[in-house]
Formats: sequence, structure tokens, C-alpha cells
Amino acid sequence: MSDAKADAAAPRRPVGPMPLSPHLQIWRWHITMLTSILHRATGIGLYAGALILVGWAVSLASGEGAYGAYMGLLGSWLGRVVMFGLTVCVFFHMANGVRHLVWDAGKGFEPKTANFASVVVIAFAVVATLVVWIIAAVTGGL
Amino acid sequence: MMQPGFRTPLRRARGLGAAKHGVNHFIGQRASAVALLFLLLWGVWSALRLAPTGYVGAVGWLHSPWNASLLVLLLAAGFYHARIGVQVVVEDYVHTPLAKTGALLLNLFICCGGFVLAALSVLKVAFSAAGAI
Repeated sequence: MSDAKADAAAPRRPVGPMPLSPHLQIWRWHITMLTSILHRATGIGLYAGALILVGWAVSLASGEGAYGAYMGLLGSWLGRVVMFGLTVCVFFHMANGVRHLVWDAGKGFEPKTANFASVVVIAFAVVATLVVWIIAAVTGGL
Repeated sequence: MMQPGFRTPLRRARGLGAAKHGVNHFIGQRASAVALLFLLLWGVWSALRLAPTGYVGAVGWLHSPWNASLLVLLLAAGFYHARIGVQVVVEDYVHTPLAKTGALLLNLFICCGGFVLAALSVLKVAFSAAGAI
């Protein structure tokens, strides 16, 4: 399968451990780095959120008792903390996802633009989350 | 079978790439992202509407074909997007073949299972007569 001739022509690897590229602890913390890590972290959070949504659908299909118990769980102190975190995940991943689509178009890579967009994305996630929770409080959803 | 012939290493690399399945995931991840942008905004709005209503309100909400359809679409796009996203994470951090294959399979099963379970639950409620679940 592999091209034996090309392999033979490749330069010989030096014996011993391969050099490693600098890892996390070498770099100064930077906001673009933070948003990049948060995108992955919030994505994992939304994975859990999708499973919470599955639980909601199953409890609804299981009848009034199960639905009441599940909503009681979500409305508990811990449940609200989880739902608040999930709201942050939704809005951060959404805004930063739009940023990824802009990158796919080849735009937004200049350091100043990238830094500014990072601030905008974080600010959007915080503000949108607060707005949603204020609306929920006002409309009796809490 | 690879002919030594005239294909350059670049041409060969462009074939299916390192992941062996071409650009399907790249395009799929972005297409589902665009869909999710709208579906999640609808989802958050819907969650706000549903939070104060109890069981009867939620069942009535799902009796609307629009709500049921959009929720199934949200689940489909969400689990599709989640499956690809977590696959990338696994491929980045898990390198032993057995653990990697196991983690990828588990991810696939969770996403497929989660979608089917939730979608059928939604359809069961959506197709039920009011107050007869």
C-alpha cells in the first residue's frame, strides 16, 4: 500500500526522543487562547446538555409524575446551577461558532480583530445568559 | 493499489486526507452549525416559554407540529454536530488504538441512542391525544 521507495528516500529520523513543540505552560495566557479552549469546553458541556434534553423528552413521554420529578430536579439548587452553566455554554459556543464560520471564509485572523472578537464573544455569552435568566425570572420560569 | 507513476505526494495527500474520510465531516460540521444557530435560538426561546407551564402546557406545546418538528430537527442537528465534535476531541487526546476505537464507538452509540430515544419520546407525545399519555 505505502510507497516503499518514498519511505526509503525520506531523511532518517535521529535516534532518541523526538523534539516536542512548546506546550500550554510555555505560552503566556492570551484571550484568543482562552476562547479557543472555552469553545471545546463548552462543546463538551453542550454534549451533557443534549443528554439533559433527552431526559426531558423521556420524562415528558413517561407521564405527569415523571415529568414533575424531572422538572423538580432541574429546578433544584444544583439543577439551576447546571442550567445556568448550560445557558452560558449555548451562547458562548453559538457566538464563537459564528466566529469559526467567519474564519472559514478566511477573514478575522489579524491579531487586533481576533482579540476584539474574543472580547465580543465572551461579552455576548455573559449578557445573553443574564438576559435569558432575567426573562425567566420575570415570566415565572424559575 | 498505488501506482508509483506520476502522482505527486501532494496529490496523494489530497485524496482522503489523514482521517481517511475526506471532507465530509468538515462540511457536515459547518452545515449543522448553521442549522443549530437558528434551532438553538428557537430552543432557548421555547425553553423560556415552557419553563412556567407544567406538564399539560408542555404536552400541548408538543401537539403543535411546528414545535415537534423543530425539536426533532434540533435533536438531529445537535447530536450530529456533537458526534463529530467529540470525535475530534477523542482523536486529539486518545492515541492507543483500543481506547480510541472504544471511545469513538461509545460516542457514536451515545449520540445515535440519545437521538432515537429523545425523538421517539417527542413523537409519542406529539401523536398522543390530549391528556391520554
